This record gives sequence, structure tokens and C-alpha cells, in this order.
Amino acid sequence: MILAIASGKGGTGKTTVAVNLARAFAQKLQLLDCDVEEPNSHLFLPAEISGEEAVSILVPEVDESLCDGCGECGHFCAYHAIISTGAKPLVFAEMCHGCGGCMLVCPKKAIREIPRRIGIIEKRKSGEIVLLTGRLDVGQAMAPPLIREVRRRLLPGMPAILDAPPGTSCPVIVSIRGADFILLVTEPTPFGLHDLKIAVDMVRELGIPFGVLVNRAGSGDDRVHGFCREAHVPIMAEVPDDRRIAEAYSRGQLIVEALPEYFELFAGLAEKLLKNSGVDRG
Amino acid sequence: MKELVVISGKGGTGKTSLAASFSVLAERPVIADCDVDAADLHLVLATHIRERHDFTSGHQAIIRQADCRGCGTCLKLCRFEAVQKTTREDDVTTYAIDPVACEGCGVCVRFCPQRAIDFPESLCGEWMVSDTRCGPMVHARLGIAAENSGKLVSIVRREARRIAELENRSSIIVDGPPGIGCPVIASLTGATLVLVVTEPTVSGEHDLERVLALARHFEMPAAVCVNKWDLNPDMTRRIEAMARRAGAKIAGRIRFDRAVTAAQLQERAVVETEAPCVADIQQVWKNINL
Ligand code: SF4
Ligand code: SF4
Repeated sequence: MILAIASGKGGTGKTTVAVNLARAFAQKLQLLDCDVEEPNSHLFLPAEISGEEAVSILVPEVDESLCDGCGECGHFCAYHAIISTGAKPLVFAEMCHGCGGCMLVCPKKAIREIPRRIGIIEKRKSGEIVLLTGRLDVGQAMAPPLIREVRRRLLPGMPAILDAPPGTSCPVIVSIRGADFILLVTEPTPFGLHDLKIAVDMVRELGIPFGVLVNRAGSGDDRVHGFCREAHVPIMAEVPDDRRIAEAYSRGQLIVEALPEYFELFAGLAEKLLKNSGVDRG
Repeated sequence: MKELVVISGKGGTGKTSLAASFSVLAERPVIADCDVDAADLHLVLATHIRERHDFTSGHQAIIRQADCRGCGTCLKLCRFEAVQKTTREDDVTTYAIDPVACEGCGVCVRFCPQRAIDFPESLCGEWMVSDTRCGPMVHARLGIAAENSGKLVSIVRREARRIAELENRSSIIVDGPPGIGCPVIASLTGATLVLVVTEPTVSGEHDLERVLALARHFEMPAAVCVNKWDLNPDMTRRIEAMARRAGAKIAGRIRFDRAVTAAQLQERAVVETEAPCVADIQQVWKNINL
């Protein structure tokens, strides 16, 4: 079972839900932090890094002695990452998506590909949880290739929770594609509702079963509930607006540990999600 | 012209509420909502849309099934896992492109031996110019699964500048996107000041460090403001010390105040209410001294 935790806007409590749910599952499980621009899951599951791996994408390098300046490469590149003005082309590596097209179209075979580092993947073990964290290098623009690499390390046969980046654009889709169930985390506020609607459109387009978790329930109004009722979106759980939760979170503590009265809430949610995704436990 | 970019690293720190308040406090500003993925500023500034424009960016590969011979070249060449292979019951193999995964690089289009792949332009969203009670606002909506939010952010900023020049307005308030990737880079380069709004949490601290490193990378002056500081005063002090070490100015602290959500429910910026935290926000605005 692959369960993705997503939200239309940031700061709704996606990571909180992911880490507490992971702990409440109380079984062997993988947690993949796909929010590679700002990965946070590891802050709540302290454990030594047991493995680290650099991730690169392939970008072109031009051999000047072979290039005759025909300009095919620059003409082809959809991202203006290689520009040829008659002489040796210039490569703007940070704009390159690594599609390999320029190398394929070059009639002189003057282009080869060299790896360019974009980030790392860290591995940790915290109790039953195997945590994989993608971390984009500062100054790098391209998150999706790193997210794809994190996803590729998913071991089949072991349940997994994916902590997705916020929003509904490309990096989110790369993170949650192929999940069995998506849990959308929202808040009962106008911003929360507005962004939830967009997120619901997104998961409907992907055709993946989903439900909503209302975080900080009681802090706003009931428009999120009304929307869920009308749009036939199941509310899987509600986490109340409790200042003690915010404080435990601020210290990097798991709610299920700092405030044990909330353990049942997350354990119950875990049960429900397993049933919903049609997979037996274990 | 002065351009203030409000970002947060991690989302949900109160960045948009603060940007709305600054829009009220600033004198004749132009407002730019660059959080194109979750554009929420219009919800509190009650906008009247005066212009709408399509945002097209890039292309999208589509296989014409009638012309596909099933050679599988596209599948072999696509590096974005966008080509899907299905074998039908009668053993015929077909290929199709998942529009959501396609990055529009054009490799499959170029190398399909049957020339069976079309490559139309893709509509990736729209951008708008609206009137608000604080001044004109440029905002956008990125289509679902769309790429190139950086380009859309650049358009929003460019339009905001154009309007500011045209109408002789002296400041631009930018509500920036979360993260440190492409859209954030597009929203901060060349601005006057980056204000990072953070929370006194371990996540806030971690993300702030990365955002400040990004600001340094692009040699941008940065200031930091801790929102809800009283949730964890120790962490607030730690964050401020770290921010100073990273070369950022401290713009002030804003207390935890449920009135921020209440103001949002009434479609108002919190500085338009009598809430206790208003004094804090006014102080931050003064300290920024745009
Ligand atoms: S590999 Fe693709 S994206 Fe990169 S420079 Fe070549 S054509 Fe452009
Ligand atoms: S255009 Fe590029 S990304 Fe899209 S399907 Fe073809 S090869 Fe893949």
C-alpha cells in the first residue's frame, strides 16, 4: 500500500500527519519525504543517517573540436538550456531538464552527457520506520528529477507513506503518481478551503481514491465540511485546534508521543486507511 | 521603485496574511501574488478582475493512435516515464502519453519513425490584473500538474512592475511561493528586500536556514520575522540568532493571535481589525522601512 499525504497549500500539517501516522501504524513501514525543497520529516524522527547518496541528472557537454556550430541542439531544446550562436554552444545547466535531446539531434556527435549533482537522498531508521529524505541542493531549481529518484527507491511489498510537497504543480504530481490512496490535509479556513478545492480537482484528474483530514478543526468555520459533504469527499479524521499540539510540534515532538491521548486518533486513521486502500495489514 | 518579497520557506507560516496587511499599510502599492500554486491573497483583498490572460508554456506530446505502429521508440527515449505501454487482449501493443507526466521536451516527437506524435502548445494557467481596495493586484492561477511556475511568477512580477511605472506607484508587495526551487528563485531575484516569515518550530528553523542560504546565493538582502513567536520563546531566540549569523536583519516578532484566522473569515487583512497582534505587524512594517 502506498499512501500519499498532500495539501493544496503549505503549512496545513502535512508532515505532522505523515510522521504521526507512520508511528501509529506500529509496523515496518517506509516514509518517503518527497518535499525535497524543505524536507522536515526527519526532524520528528531523530535517528542517525545510515546512508547518503548524491543524485545527479545528466546534462550536455559539448566537444568543441567536433562541433561545427550548426545550431541543431539549441534549436531543439525546449527549455533554452543550450544556446548556439554559430560558435560552440553555451549550456545553462540549471535550466536543463536532462531530456537527452540535444545529444540525440547533434549530427556531429559532439555532445555527450555528464552528471550534475542536484541533491542527496538520506536514509534513516527510526524504530520500525525506514525514512528516505530527498534534499535539493540550495540554488537548484529542478525538484522533479530528485523526487523521481526518491520514489524509485521505494521497496515493493512494504507499506509506504509519501510526504508530498505543497501545491498542485509538477513536483506534487511526480510525488503522488501511482499512490493507492491520497490523504489531503486542510484547515477549516478560507485559504484552506480554496486550496483544498484545487487539490481535489488534481486528485480527481489523477483518478486516485482520496479523503480529507481536517487539521486545527474548530479554528475557523464549517465551509470545508460543507464542501466535503456536497462534493462527496470523505473526511477521514479531524485533528482539533489544540495549542499543546502546536507547542509539541514546535519542539520537534511527535504528537502521539508528547500527547498520548491523540495516539488513538492516528491509530484509528491508520486502520481506516488500510481498509480503504483494500490492502490487508502486514 | 521598491519591491518587497514575502516568502516563508515552509508554507503556512502566515506569509499571505502578512502580505495582505503590508498591502494595507503601504502607500499606493502594486500587489503581486506570486504564490501561483496556492494564490490566496485575493480572498482577503476582495478583488474585482479587470483583465484575464492565458498562460501558455511549452508543448505537450500526443500520439495519434491511427498512425502509431507500436515500435516503442518513444518509450525507450522518454526520460520522464511519460510513455505508457499497454498490451490489449488481442495482443496488440499500444502506446500513449500521460499528459500529467510529459515535460514537453519533444524527444519522442522528433524521433518517432512514423511521425505519429503531435506537439501542440499547452495551456498552463492564466494570469489576471485586478483592482483591490489597496491598489492594483496581479495574480495568477497555475493549471493542475503544470510546469514552469517560475515563468508564470516572472510574468506576474513583470506586469506588476509595468503597472507600478505606468501609475507612478512606488512600491510592490510580492507574496512569494513556498520552497526554495524554481518559483522562489524567480520571485526574489532583483527585488529590494526579501522578508522571510517563519515560525518558532524545528521545521521553521530548518527551512529558514535553507531560504537564507538561497538569499545569500543570489546576494539578496534579507530580513526575518518570527510569527507566533510566543509558541516557543526559546526557539524564537535561537532562530533570531541563527538569522543574524546568516547575515539577515531581524524585522521583529508577531504574537500568536487567533484573530488572524477570524480576520480571514471576514475577508479582511488583520491590520484592518482591532486584534492584539496588529501593533506587532505595524512594528515589523516600520522596521522593514521599505
Ligand atoms: S538535455 Fe534536453 S533540456 Fe538539457 S540542454 Fe539538451 S535538449 Fe535541453
Ligand atoms: S515530449 Fe518528452 S517528456 Fe513528453 S512524452 Fe515525449 S519524450 Fe516524454
